Amino acid sequence: MAQIFHPSTNTLSKISIFGAVFLIGGLLWVFGVIERSSYVTQAKVVREQPVPFSHRHHVSQLGIDCRYCHTSVEESGFAGIPATKTCMTCHSQIHSSSPMLEPVRESFRNNKSIAWVRVNDLPDFVYFNHAIHVKKGMSCVTCHGPVDEMALTWRENALTMEWCLSCHRAPERFVRPREFVFSTDWKPAEDQAVLGAKLVREYKIQKLTNCSICHR
Amino acid sequence: MENEFCMQTIKNEKSNHFDLSALRAGLGKQRGQQYWRSLEELANTEEFQQYLQNEFTPHAVEKALPLPRRDFLKLMGASLALAGLNACTRQPEEKIFPYVKPPEEIVPGKPLYFATALLQGGYASGVLVESHEGRPTKVEGNPEHPASLGATDIFAQAAILTLYDPERSEVVINLGEISTWEAFITAISTELEGVRAKKGEGLRILTETVTSPTLASQMRALLAGLPAAQWHQYEPAGRDQVRDGSRLAFGEYLETQYRFDRAEVIVSLDSNFLIDMPGSLRYAREFSAKRRIQDGQKTMNRLYLVESTPTLTGTMADHRLSMRPSEIASFAHTLAAVLGIGEEQNTGHNARMAKWIAALARDLQQHRGRSLIIAGEQQPAHVHALVHAMNQALGNVGTTVIYTDPVEARPVNQIESLRALANDMEAGRVDILLILGGNPVFTAPSDLNFADKLSRVRLRIHLSLYHDETSYLCHWHIPEAHALETWSDARAYDGTVTIMQPLIAPLYGGKSIHEVLAVFAGQPNRSSHDLVRDYWKAQRPAADFEKFWQTSLHDGLVNGTALPAKSVKLKPNQFTASYQQAVTKSESSASNIEIIFRPDPTIGDGRFANNGWLQELPKPLTKITWDNVAMISPAMAERMELANEDVVELKYQGRTVNAPIWITPGHPDHAVTVNFGYGRTRAGKIGTAVGVNFYALRTSSAPWFGTGLEIRKTGKRHALAATQMHHNMENRHLVRVGTLAEYSAHPNFAQELGHEPPPDLTLYPDEHKNEGYAWGMVIDLNACMGCNACTIACQAENNIPIVGKTEVARGREMHWIRIDRYYQGNLDDPDTYHQPVTCMHCEHAPCEVVCPVAATVHSPEGLNEMVYNRCVGTRYCSNNCPYKVRRFNFLQYSDYQTPNMKLVYNPDVTVRKRGIMEKCTFCVQRINHARITAKLEDRDIRDGEVVTACQQVCPAQAITFGNLNDPNSRVAKLKAEPLNYGLLTDLNTRPRTSYLAKLRNPNPELEEN
Repeated sequence: MAQIFHPSTNTLSKISIFGAVFLIGGLLWVFGVIERSSYVTQAKVVREQPVPFSHRHHVSQLGIDCRYCHTSVEESGFAGIPATKTCMTCHSQIHSSSPMLEPVRESFRNNKSIAWVRVNDLPDFVYFNHAIHVKKGMSCVTCHGPVDEMALTWRENALTMEWCLSCHRAPERFVRPREFVFSTDWKPAEDQAVLGAKLVREYKIQKLTNCSICHR
Repeated sequence: MENEFCMQTIKNEKSNHFDLSALRAGLGKQRGQQYWRSLEELANTEEFQQYLQNEFTPHAVEKALPLPRRDFLKLMGASLALAGLNACTRQPEEKIFPYVKPPEEIVPGKPLYFATALLQGGYASGVLVESHEGRPTKVEGNPEHPASLGATDIFAQAAILTLYDPERSEVVINLGEISTWEAFITAISTELEGVRAKKGEGLRILTETVTSPTLASQMRALLAGLPAAQWHQYEPAGRDQVRDGSRLAFGEYLETQYRFDRAEVIVSLDSNFLIDMPGSLRYAREFSAKRRIQDGQKTMNRLYLVESTPTLTGTMADHRLSMRPSEIASFAHTLAAVLGIGEEQNTGHNARMAKWIAALARDLQQHRGRSLIIAGEQQPAHVHALVHAMNQALGNVGTTVIYTDPVEARPVNQIESLRALANDMEAGRVDILLILGGNPVFTAPSDLNFADKLSRVRLRIHLSLYHDETSYLCHWHIPEAHALETWSDARAYDGTVTIMQPLIAPLYGGKSIHEVLAVFAGQPNRSSHDLVRDYWKAQRPAADFEKFWQTSLHDGLVNGTALPAKSVKLKPNQFTASYQQAVTKSESSASNIEIIFRPDPTIGDGRFANNGWLQELPKPLTKITWDNVAMISPAMAERMELANEDVVELKYQGRTVNAPIWITPGHPDHAVTVNFGYGRTRAGKIGTAVGVNFYALRTSSAPWFGTGLEIRKTGKRHALAATQMHHNMENRHLVRVGTLAEYSAHPNFAQELGHEPPPDLTLYPDEHKNEGYAWGMVIDLNACMGCNACTIACQAENNIPIVGKTEVARGREMHWIRIDRYYQGNLDDPDTYHQPVTCMHCEHAPCEVVCPVAATVHSPEGLNEMVYNRCVGTRYCSNNCPYKVRRFNFLQYSDYQTPNMKLVYNPDVTVRKRGIMEKCTFCVQRINHARITAKLEDRDIRDGEVVTACQQVCPAQAITFGNLNDPNSRVAKLKAEPLNYGLLTDLNTRPRTSYLAKLRNPNPELEEN
């Protein structure tokens, strides 16, 4: 009886078994890349908002402090999204007839909230607290990026658990003196490694990496 | 009358029968202490073995699919691949809605607490309600309120669920069609002209018990304007006997308050004072404080208790006698005679009883002024009168017993009040009937034929939370605003007034009782806020009214409104005749079977029937969920050859009801206890057609007990979902009990019953050494009375879903803290103990090492953490947990869909999905909150700053939580007590939760053997 398989099949099968390892490895790598890509994480993707609000204009050009609008950032888990009334403190006088601001005026007139699109959004099983991060010397820009340069706001970081842990495992890399937390252009005068280690001691920063710190 | 409960009948295919007499004989031979949870356990039935061997009962593992192995593998492979893809989904876009004009006091993300009150039988108990951006999510007790002291009962905890119940009535209904509040006002305004012309003749108002000063004043004004109108009151589980008792003894209505903090010897005659009466939260606190052998306290109070149906108070007794309800009067009489009141009569008590009474009387005499006798609300008026006389004779009045003016706005005998209304309706004397709250069509005594007579009233109006049985028979139905949605006021057991403030605007446009009454007073569209505020404005000097109003709202009570003690004078010799009569009655009926009526322990008189949390809460003694039963004694079951779940026909005064029976150890013989409240026909999806309507047997002449019950086997069975066999840990010294005398002689008795391996018996010596906080819990079995408040507080705090009767029957209930009830001793009169069991947070946790995906891990602070987003649902952890405290979401139990139900959830706790394991977290959200607060203030967490939900709610303060590394913390001190012991410590699990052994304080004179 004739051979069913040609001798070259041996080679073929060896190559395919050998290749399968790479194929699976490659697929996992592709999967990892996709998971971290901005397509999935939405990092660096500008969100369309009902009003094209510019942080660049309000922060770097007008010099408004973060806390003017995000009022509860120092005392609550939630930093707070400004109420329409906060916008209207200025915009009842400035650009009071600009068509771009009509949704704001409409909201104020009808007592109906503006439906902003969430830019920095964590999954519902993650409990993040702004107040404690601010207290421990984590700056706004460390996570939110150069907000003062954003004409339209995007999510600067992927907000993956890997990303959170990169700091929770080594807070000294990012911590800064408390008085500069809200500064957008602060640069460490000395080596961050030295300053960070000093601040970690001074602020009693723990490396909290156990699950229930964020998941509960 | 045939009741209409949907019965799932199984023809004796699985017999539950076992030989009770053999069990009894076996128990007699037992040496030492043996604890048991169910008759099935004692008999070691096959069913019990199945529960013991299998984590989730055999039903939990569904029958294997008829699927070839290859197809199964293909399917598994495909689902695995697809499950991986699942992670690729992008997060959906979310909207964020800021305020337009932010309220000044709200910081987004931080809850606010508002003081108000919730009512039980008309009496207020102060609560603080947590509100997240205007959304109430959790009820806590108000520590400053005298009737709460920071604790709440199960009903207050479950109030949140009723508030958001999507089946609450949403619209005004007129003749079965949707109408409007404006249309109602117009209709009533037209009617009012006629009513005024007749001075109110034909206008009747039916309310429940009223303590609200505003409502009382509205009523007075209305009746003054319409003198011929009449006000009736009816509460199904009312306190008529208590009221009549005070009238019999003193000639006037008086409120009795008790001071358990001053009482050394307590005698309860069928009173469930720890659970079920105005002020019981406070009484539980004071009672348990007097039993706490800690901090150098070396004495305990002693509770003698005579009861007709097993109650939780009965389980706390040092000496308990079980007798039929009619015999209690004769017991009271004999006791009174020994104490020198009335004449001694030959009541035929046997020698044991005579000895009991003699010892009891001696103990009482030795504690004059420090003793307390209390009669059950269901006992007849003459027993109450007799108890008043005994307290007087023992010098207790003014010390442990205090009399005040009535708290109620207008105390009346409510059954008579309802009877008068029914008679007038029948005679056609009622033209307009306004029913404000309550559900009399369902709850009225069956002999009054309330529903039939109601149809003779020309215009019937009903205000209620649900469109219920009564609403169905009324022309107008007005949706009622929930207590958390409206302004009102009410008084507590001691008279303290709380001005109730709303937490949220009425979700369904509900109206309050004040607003509806205002329509009849010709003031339509006055808001309850204005009505309540105007009433108080009239009471207070105008100058500082605003300050008074704000202070009262803030504190949750109006200062100085507690009623002052009143000196009273007994009417001489009022009692002999009435109890003479009672005694003769009970003698002649010795061979008859008695029926005992009680409101259901979890759904009350039926008003909470549509509340899933309360439906699924195991009844404290029977551990049955989603049903009510007829409870009988083991001896009676033996005689009649009945087993649990057998359906019997109960015939009483010509009315018949079929009900499943439940053999209840400790139940008096020749008697049957039934809980009314079930068998609703229009309660909602949850409560309709669940259980048996025992109101059908209840008559106005015998609202609480009566003789002449006939009971007949039907041969049918009704499957019940009882949890008493679930999560069994086998009998390995789980409950440890001693007497005070034993403890004094041998303080370490509890610890010596177990074996604790030395701390160095581990391969990883430094594994769980905590530097910072080390969280731990102590549960004091001496204080725990099994009231279930912790279970339901945990459910509310931790977003625990309900699963339904079928799932409970499969052992899938989700409660993170369960209360195991143990019996010890003989079948007919066992001692009963409660043991709350929750995750022990073992230092060497068996669950952690078996998890393949590290979804349950240990925190540096000693918490055994459950990471929902990692869990893949292998259930290995639960298999390996010796305490059986892990709960698995077999199905999608949490409600993600119903918009209202989303509002119930605590925003600080993840809502779990199907396929996820969960368990007690030691309220990690509260620990994190305290940690962040402390760090923001640059300090450490203080002792007592982290309070778990179960700890906060406990009326008896049985649960203590804190940092074990702080030697001065309360929990560390309790762990150092000799009574402290752990469960199953011989497994070297090193549980962080431990127990303080139970102590009893029996009278040495009565100690048998």
